Amino acid sequence: MPAFFDKMKNSLLKTQVWKSMFRHGYEDSPRNRYLQVLDNVWLHLHPTRIPRHGAYIRFTWCMGGITFLLFLVTAVTGVLLMFYYRPTAEYAYNDMKYLEFDVPFGMFLRNMHRWAAHGMVIAVWLHMFRVFLTGSYKPPREFNWVVGVILLTTTLLLSFTGYLLPWDQLSIWAVTVGTNMARAAPLLGHEGPFGPELGMKPDNDMRFVLLGGTQVGPPTLLRFYVLHCVFFPLFLAIFIGVHFWRVRKDGGISGPL
Amino acid sequence: MENLWLIIGKADNVPIVMMIPLFAYYSWLAFKQATANDRLIADGKYSELQEEGKDRIFTWPLLTRNEFLCAILIMVILTVWSVALDAPLEQPANPAKTPNPSKAPWYFLGLQEMLVYFDPWLAGVVFPTLIIVGLMAIPYIDKNPKGNGYYTWQQRKFAISTFVFGFFALWLMMTFVGTFLRGPGWNFFMPWDRWDPHKVVAMTNVDLHQFFGIRSSLAAFFFGGFVVTAYFSLGALFYYWKRNAEFFKKMGPVRCGILIFLFLSMISLPIKMILRWTFNVKYIWVTPWFNI
Ligand code: HEM
Repeated sequence: MPAFFDKMKNSLLKTQVWKSMFRHGYEDSPRNRYLQVLDNVWLHLHPTRIPRHGAYIRFTWCMGGITFLLFLVTAVTGVLLMFYYRPTAEYAYNDMKYLEFDVPFGMFLRNMHRWAAHGMVIAVWLHMFRVFLTGSYKPPREFNWVVGVILLTTTLLLSFTGYLLPWDQLSIWAVTVGTNMARAAPLLGHEGPFGPELGMKPDNDMRFVLLGGTQVGPPTLLRFYVLHCVFFPLFLAIFIGVHFWRVRKDGGISGPL
Repeated sequence: MENLWLIIGKADNVPIVMMIPLFAYYSWLAFKQATANDRLIADGKYSELQEEGKDRIFTWPLLTRNEFLCAILIMVILTVWSVALDAPLEQPANPAKTPNPSKAPWYFLGLQEMLVYFDPWLAGVVFPTLIIVGLMAIPYIDKNPKGNGYYTWQQRKFAISTFVFGFFALWLMMTFVGTFLRGPGWNFFMPWDRWDPHKVVAMTNVDLHQFFGIRSSLAAFFFGGFVVTAYFSLGALFYYWKRNAEFFKKMGPVRCGILIFLFLSMISLPIKMILRWTFNVKYIWVTPWFNI
């Protein structure tokens, strides 16, 4: 039998179709180890060789990678959830119930999305903590740290806008508390320093723009939905791209100079 | 105790409970490596560390393998977590029924807790902005060339203690207090207290100027303004006094100014917390437009 499979495998590896997809052999040679990384669109973000400590989990804690993985999980489960969820006050809550009781694996999907999102917040904090403790923000990586802070802020906003979507008591009040701050923004809020002097009123200040009304209501749901499903994910994805690019361009993983 | 168990049992609070062992573990892991490196450096063997850093290995399979294992482990944890614990869904949204207490998502409870000590425009807008800008400024302020790319404590004592103070003692502590110790009316409850929705806390807070017997609001305005200005000027004085210290000389006046401003802003939080606990001070500076 094994001989049969070997034969099958060998003839498969020789077909034009296979060779058009994978352009290198599999013998364990240094050349193939390079090509394995270089010829693969997913792996080519990596350099072909890295400092020894870069592969130690105790050095990076793999935290940036874990943050990225959790982001991918939320993206995939999020798209699946979008098939079942309508961002209007009439339907949103019922759709959550529908997911829970009728959609096959609906509750599992929702759980996975939520816990991955919460996990991502923790992972991004731990990643920042690691990068700080190894002093990896020092030259030449100053700017990548700044990009990181943008990612951190976006992660929190992404999580926060998603919190409203179930449209239950937990979500509207958490978002009410959170967005109430905006009414106190200096200059731009109707209760903030110098806001009233600049003509800010409950129905034209920054909070109004954010909520699409004077309180958390159906327009807020739609706004947060669009921000949560389109704007922030795209924004985050773009800056993750910049972040990874910069890790390479700044000389790869940091190490003792 | 039952209220504490209720909070811990809330599905959404699982991450924050998980954070305690996680941060403890990773701090220990970092500290262990820092001590090992510090010992190496103290023995004059920094070059050994450098040599190790120059050693190159193949990404495939040595790094990709570890990434793969990490990914599997995380996916297993996430799957078990998602099977075991359901995401919360409470009653349908009802704008007419305010829950007491109303809490923001757990990762913002540090900010909500800050509202006890500062007005919303500071706690909810200015401080978050300062945190973000301050974090971004770190690489440009920290001119210490040592400790770049390896764990160490001896070479970066000031940077690490400031960061750890801000992150653990302020941000995470406030988040824990906001999550676990705040009940109805945002009143403080010890874990063993029952949450009494009718708890009345006497409003005995006074403003700093009242403490000094100042009555007129104009005098109060100038007094508060003086105190706040003086607080930040102390930083300038400190710089003037220490400007020849090597630490400050290397940084130059602009960096020093930003560092001292951010540092004093951060420290103003614990200062105001202590003033509140000991003297019931509410505001330092009262004006018709804003209070600090
Ligand atoms: C969505 C959030 C983020 C993702 C997906 C991400 C991902 C990554 C990955 C995969 C790496 C490679 C090394 C490692 O895994 O540790 C990395 C490195 C780095 N990250 Fe992030 N990161 C994020 C947020 C942040 C934040 C919040 C900061 C800091 C405030 C930051 C600063 C850095 C820096 C300076 C490096 C280079 C580290 C070195 O060379 O040792 N990142 N990031």
